[in-house]
Parts: sequence; C-alpha cells; structure tokens
Amino acid sequence: MSATTLNEAPPSVPTQGRGAVTKAPRGKSKLDGGVIIAIVVGLAGVALTLGPILYLLLGGFRTQQNLASDPVGLPDPWVWANYLDILKAGLFWRQLLNSTVVALGTTIGVVLFGTMAAYPLARYRYRGRELMYLIFAAGLMFPLTVAVLPLYYILRQFGLVGTLWGLIIPQIAFALPLTVVIMRPFLRAIPRELEEAAFVDGVTRVGFFFRIVIPLARPGMITVGVLAFIGSWNAYLLPLLLLTGPQEGMTLPLGVTAFQGQYSSATTLIMAYTALSMLPALAFFLLLERRIVDGLSGAVKG
Amino acid sequence: MTTMETSGMGRGPVGDTSSAGPRTVSPKVEAQRRADNRRKWSEIALFTGPALVLFLVFVVFPVASAMRYSLYKWNGVKKFSEAEFIGFENYARALWGGSDPATRQAFKTAYSQPFWDALGHNFLIIFLSMAIQLPLALIVALVLNRKFPGRSFVRVVIFAPYVISEVIAGVMWFIIFDPQGIATHFVEAIGLHPPEGGWFEDQTWGFWTVFFIVTWKYLGLAIILFLAGLSGVQQELQEAASIDGASWWQVQWRINVPLIGPTIRIWAFLSIIGSIQLFDMVWVLNRGGTTGQYATIASFMTQIGFFRHDVGFGSAIAVIMFVISLVVATAYMLTVLRRDNADADLSR
Repeated sequence: MSATTLNEAPPSVPTQGRGAVTKAPRGKSKLDGGVIIAIVVGLAGVALTLGPILYLLLGGFRTQQNLASDPVGLPDPWVWANYLDILKAGLFWRQLLNSTVVALGTTIGVVLFGTMAAYPLARYRYRGRELMYLIFAAGLMFPLTVAVLPLYYILRQFGLVGTLWGLIIPQIAFALPLTVVIMRPFLRAIPRELEEAAFVDGVTRVGFFFRIVIPLARPGMITVGVLAFIGSWNAYLLPLLLLTGPQEGMTLPLGVTAFQGQYSSATTLIMAYTALSMLPALAFFLLLERRIVDGLSGAVKG
Repeated sequence: MTTMETSGMGRGPVGDTSSAGPRTVSPKVEAQRRADNRRKWSEIALFTGPALVLFLVFVVFPVASAMRYSLYKWNGVKKFSEAEFIGFENYARALWGGSDPATRQAFKTAYSQPFWDALGHNFLIIFLSMAIQLPLALIVALVLNRKFPGRSFVRVVIFAPYVISEVIAGVMWFIIFDPQGIATHFVEAIGLHPPEGGWFEDQTWGFWTVFFIVTWKYLGLAIILFLAGLSGVQQELQEAASIDGASWWQVQWRINVPLIGPTIRIWAFLSIIGSIQLFDMVWVLNRGGTTGQYATIASFMTQIGFFRHDVGFGSAIAVIMFVISLVVATAYMLTVLRRDNADADLSR
C-alpha cells in the first residue's frame, strides 16, 4: 500500500484560490484541477459520513426541547446528564462486557479451530483431502439467516438459549469456512525445508504446528481474526432470537434497540446511548484501520 | 497488500514425507509405514476434528433441518415428532397461495403477496446497487486515486461506516429521519415537502429512505476496495496514455476501469449476496415497515417463522432464499467470475 501514486506532482496546497478550477481537468491545469476536485469530493464524502455521526453525538448533549427547536445548531444548553446517567448505571457496561466476551470468544475459537483445520488441508497428503476442503468451502454458501430457525431449536435442546455460549459456538461454526479458505494458502506457503529441518531436529508434526506454523501464519490469522471480531461485534439476528431475557444479558446492538424501545420518548437519551455504543467499534477501527482494510481487500482479491 | 503474494504460493509439493513411491518392502519397513499412517490419520483427526464437528452440528445440520422443517406444519412449541407432514404446501402457500382453493385467496393476501413484495425489494436493492452505488463509488474512487492533502484522512473517514453495525447505523438514521427530525427540517428549509406520513411510513419513500441508509453504510467499502485495486495498476500505462494525448476520462475509462475489473466483479458478487440476505438494517427500522413497505425476504422469514411461530413456513422461505443465493452465486461464478479465476489459476 505504501508506494502507490508516485506519478503526480507533489501534493502542494493548491494556490489558485477561490475554487477557480472545479470543472473537469483539461489542458494545462490538469494536475492541479484534479487535486482540487479530489479535495472537494473528499470533503463532501467526509461531511456526508461524519455529519450524521456528529449529529448523533451532539444530540446526546441536548435537552429534548433543544432538539425539537434547533436541531442544526450546537447544543444550547450543553447537558451532560444523558451521557453521565448512562455511564453511571451498569446497563451499558454490562452490554459492553457481553459484546466483548462474545466477540473475543468467537475470535479465539475461529482462529484456533480454523487454523488447525486448515493445517492438514494445506500440508498433509491423504485421501479425501480435497473433498473435505470442498465441504468447508461450500459452507461459504450457507448463511446464518438460512439456518437460524432450526439453529434456535438445536440450541434450545443444548440449553444454550439465553446464554453467551449460544452465540459464541454457532458464530465460530459459521466463520470457519471463510477462515479455512483464507488460511490454507497461508499455511501452504510455509517452505517445506523448514518442516524437514524441524523433523530432523526431532520436532513432531504437532509440535511443528504450534511452534512454527502459528507464528509464521500470523498475518493470515490476524486478518481472519479481525473479520470474525467485527462480524461478531455487529451480529444482530442470533442475539435477537436468543437473548430475550433481561437487558443486562444483551449484547450492544440488541441493547441499543431495547433501549430505544424502552425510552422511545427521550430521543436525546437514545442518541447518547447509541453514540456511546458506536465508540468502541470506531476506536477499534482507528486502531486497526490498516489491518482491516488490507484484510478486506485481500479477502476480496482471494 | 499482504495476500497478493499468498494466492500464488501453493506451488511447492505439499507436505507429508511418509507416503513416498513404491520401494522394496521389508516387513519391518511395512510395520513402520503402518504406524506412520496411523499417526498421520490421528493427527488429521486431531487438527480437523473440532472444526468439523462444529461445522457439521451448527451449520450443515441446521441447514438440512430447515429443508426438513419446510415440509411440515409446526409451531415450534409442541414436539417436532407430532408435527404434521404437508409436503410442499408451505412452498405453494408462499408462491401462489397454496393448493386449497377455499383458502387460496386469504393465503395469497397473508403470505404470497408479502413474500413476492419482499423478494421484489431484495432484487430492487440488487439492481439499484449496480445502477447507483457502483458508478458512484467508481467515480469517487477514480477521483480520489491521486495524491492530495488529507488523502489518508479522507480514506479513513469514508470507510468508517462499514465498521459501524447495521443496527446502530439504523437507529441513528431512524432518529435523523424522524418526522420531526433534522432530515425533515432540512428538506423544509430548502422549500421541499417531506413525505407526509413520515419518511419510513410512506409507501414509496420508505423504500428509498432505507436504500439511502444502506448506501451510506456500504458505499465506503466499495470506494476503498476500488482504491485498493487502483493502487495495483501500473502508473506507467497511465503516463504513456497521457503523453499520447489521452484525456483524464479516456485514461480512466480505457485503462483504470478495465484493469480493476476483477475487483469490481468481486464487489458486485459480495453486494448481490449481501442484498439477498439483508436483514439487520431493515428489521431495526420497524421490522421491514409497518405494512412491509421495505421488508426483505429475511425479515419476512423472521417475522413469520419466529415471531409468528410458523416454523414450517419460515423454513420454506429460508430454503427459497438459500436456493436463490445458490443459483445467483453459481451463475455469477460460472459466467462473470470464471475469467478472473482462470487468470488466477495460472499462478497456482
């Protein structure tokens, strides 16, 4: 990603001023015109993206009257009560904890079991290997939506309805196909000489997996893990069906909708709750932006 | 671009040193070989076992069960063994109102009409994604594909909606499009009339409002993917074309767009599959609308199969959804993506 566009003129701040050239770039001022258009389009994109989010964030600082009378301007007066009430009560933190536990549990399970499954599929030679790979890969075509009704009754039989395990286990299962498909080429790419050297040194295949394969396959595991984490963090359908108990047991997306239903008249309070629920995902994204983008575009390129 | 390298890397011989070709076999070697073989299989079982069990129990079995449930009349409360087998009646009820002339008209209104409406919404979203989102994302990506001040900031911000969950984005926009909310405020301020019954309640506007929100959430992903594709295009080609007198548009249209074709086609594939399964956003916004004005097939399935306890019918809808995505995906892979895969296979 680093050495991308080296052709253009250096990104000097355009000096024509007053947005003189905003038409399609033609003729002599080609490059500068293009830069200005890029800036204009970029700013429009930023405004359209951040505008709604800022509106939500600021709404949490408003009074109900202020929201009705002047939703465009800054909050007047600034009210901290909405945010503080939410942060002081336990509900938000409980739901944040639930979401974290489920997402982490899913991620660990997916990365561990998925990489383990991909290992023989990548590096052993045995009958039925390609068939087994095909079975996993076919799982890409089985969306959770199709399976969710029977899944509910299966989980009820296992006594997992209403529990976080009831979310973690199926989420691992449904993330396995993509994991196996992404991890197999990673594991294949490990040079065979390494393996032979390790065997000469008396390392078993199992030992080789844990001591050499896992560290070497880290980039792939991170990609897969990040995808699984985001998927789990944002999951809604399964929690909707399973977590029908008290709000304390819900994950954040479900909690937000329950909160919205409970305080339907207190819009600014809902705005504060929604804004707070959005922050962890945004922080996680800013922290891992490169990984997420590279992982996704890598997954798309196959 | 980490995975660029990986796709071409499965070239080397795949491990397992134990199964070499035929040799002169002494009993001792033979015993050793058998022991090796046993160990190999137990290792395979150890590594693959957990994933395989999870996958079979929680993915394959439920999908198979959905097909089975779809042949029964079952409310999910009594035991399944007591459920009544009704063949393909659930499918008939969804598609044309069922085989019984006495109830057909009533079932048409209650089941068949909403089903086709929902399916229509899914396909309209697919169509609009290709007709609106694709050109829009492509143009933005082409314009942004250069150095300019604030470039990385713009990229990060534009992508951000993708990581916000559909649910939270949905609630946010629900507040913005409140009949007394800021969207109404804005539209009135520029002298237009917002839909009278409310943005979501309106039979026409409801769908378009939802489509706008979906676009807000997913356009950034398309732009970033296209930009990633564009960063792999050789700059020399564009320079050469420019020197030969090609205009900016010609360079984009003749060089850049064709060269990121594979990225565009994969995005389209993901977008189609996502559109068929669209649920969270729609459900959060009044469960697909009070009269189902923007319901999707997944929200219709959940409504009937889970919240109205008609598990058999819901399962039939699920199976139909599965078949549609399978057919669409297979058709797409066989036609559009085959070329790209053929190219990729050369490097394997």
